Amino acid sequence: MTASTDSMDASMSRVAVAAGETLNRSVVFGKGDSGEYSLHVVMSRDSHLDLSVVVLPGADCRVNVRVDMDAPGAETYISGIYLCPGNENVSIRTEVNHNVHHCTSRQLFKGIAGGTARTGFYGKIVVAQDALKTEAYQENHNLLISDSARMDTKPQLEIYADDVKCSHGATVGRLNEDEQFYMRSRGIPEREAAVLQMLSFVSPVIGHISDPQTRENVSRIAEQAIRSF
Amino acid sequence: MTENNILLKIEGLHARVEDKEILKGVDLTIRKGEIHAVMGPNGAGKSTLSAVLAGKPNFTVTEGAVTFMGKDLLKMSPEERSWAGIFLSFQYPVEIPGVTITNFMKTAVNARRQAEGKEPLKAAEFLKLMKEKMAFVQMKPEFSKREVNVGFSGGEKKRNEIFQMAMLDPMLSILDETDSGLDVDALRIVANGVNALHTPEKSAIIITHYQRLLEYIVPDVVHVLKNGRIVRTAGKELVAEIEEKGYDSIN
Repeated sequence: MTASTDSMDASMSRVAVAAGETLNRSVVFGKGDSGEYSLHVVMSRDSHLDLSVVVLPGADCRVNVRVDMDAPGAETYISGIYLCPGNENVSIRTEVNHNVHHCTSRQLFKGIAGGTARTGFYGKIVVAQDALKTEAYQENHNLLISDSARMDTKPQLEIYADDVKCSHGATVGRLNEDEQFYMRSRGIPEREAAVLQMLSFVSPVIGHISDPQTRENVSRIAEQAIRSF
Repeated sequence: MTENNILLKIEGLHARVEDKEILKGVDLTIRKGEIHAVMGPNGAGKSTLSAVLAGKPNFTVTEGAVTFMGKDLLKMSPEERSWAGIFLSFQYPVEIPGVTITNFMKTAVNARRQAEGKEPLKAAEFLKLMKEKMAFVQMKPEFSKREVNVGFSGGEKKRNEIFQMAMLDPMLSILDETDSGLDVDALRIVANGVNALHTPEKSAIIITHYQRLLEYIVPDVVHVLKNGRIVRTAGKELVAEIEEKGYDSIN
């Protein structure tokens, strides 16, 4: 069984990570960015990929990421945040193919939507029949700030091998009211309480960005973006 | 006793949660410097009273008035009540993952300063204040970096409440079942904290089911709340009567 797909754009840019090499990449979409961004990464033996996707307010985009784990020992970490306070339309599609044994992948995506924004996360993991000892994890959590926004999440696991560890978690929720009242009872204004909650919601993703300069920039811009909700 | 001495006045307070009427006409006057105990069986409305005073959403006041330092308390948001000097120590302190105690308290302290037209505290001043108040309730310094109440034991959560109370220095502290889930050492630390913060200007409402906490924090006035009404008000001798006879005999 091979993991083939017709869901991805054939024209996506293709990157190969050589044996033992590491690829760190952060992709940031800001105000006015629109259209489609596609990346296909092919992983060799013992290679590492660390990819962060950051979608800021005002970006209308479709992001497609496909990773093929073609040799044992490859490790992939894909993470992302999408902050959509207005009328954005954002979709993120990931496809991680475990084509061989002993590879690990982790995905963590978190989004916040307000206004009339629409977001979608579609995450697919395919574990081929021979891909024993695979570890594949995927999490997507969404925070809905407005009643007129819409957030879709669709995890999809196709596992054809035994002896693997795979899990996924997908949630769509609202700001926790007990936390809000607790903070307000200490004199933190309602708005500031919501900002603290949203910052803490995205902090695991931002904290993971490996390049310190990028992390600091994203953290600063994310805080600004969160204050615009 | 002049009107000036009155800190909190509750008159004919009725309140409901969803469709259920819980408070059915509560009257209570607290003067500066007084410690009041509100005791009563489970389901009497004790926690509803504290939630209504702190302004918790979903608790609807249907009748009555509450005046705090001459102002209409019921018109104020929870944060405005905090700035005015009301503090609620929660029966079940809320966990806030991802927010450190330092960040939480800095935001709280500076929000109040802003409401009072003051500059934010300088970082060094704030840290000094935090360190002092944490030592006061015997919280280890490393707690300043912990996420609010996440993974805390019952005793640690309650000490964190009293630490926050010390930081915010309220005029009226409402302690909602602060004794529940505390071992005797934690109870003593919490009670010592409350007693040390007490001044002739400041008042407290101790809400409790049991006599235990009132051995350490001695009330001036004791009320028994049953079925949404205060059915008896007396001095501290009432505590012993309750302990002996139970709530059934008090009507």
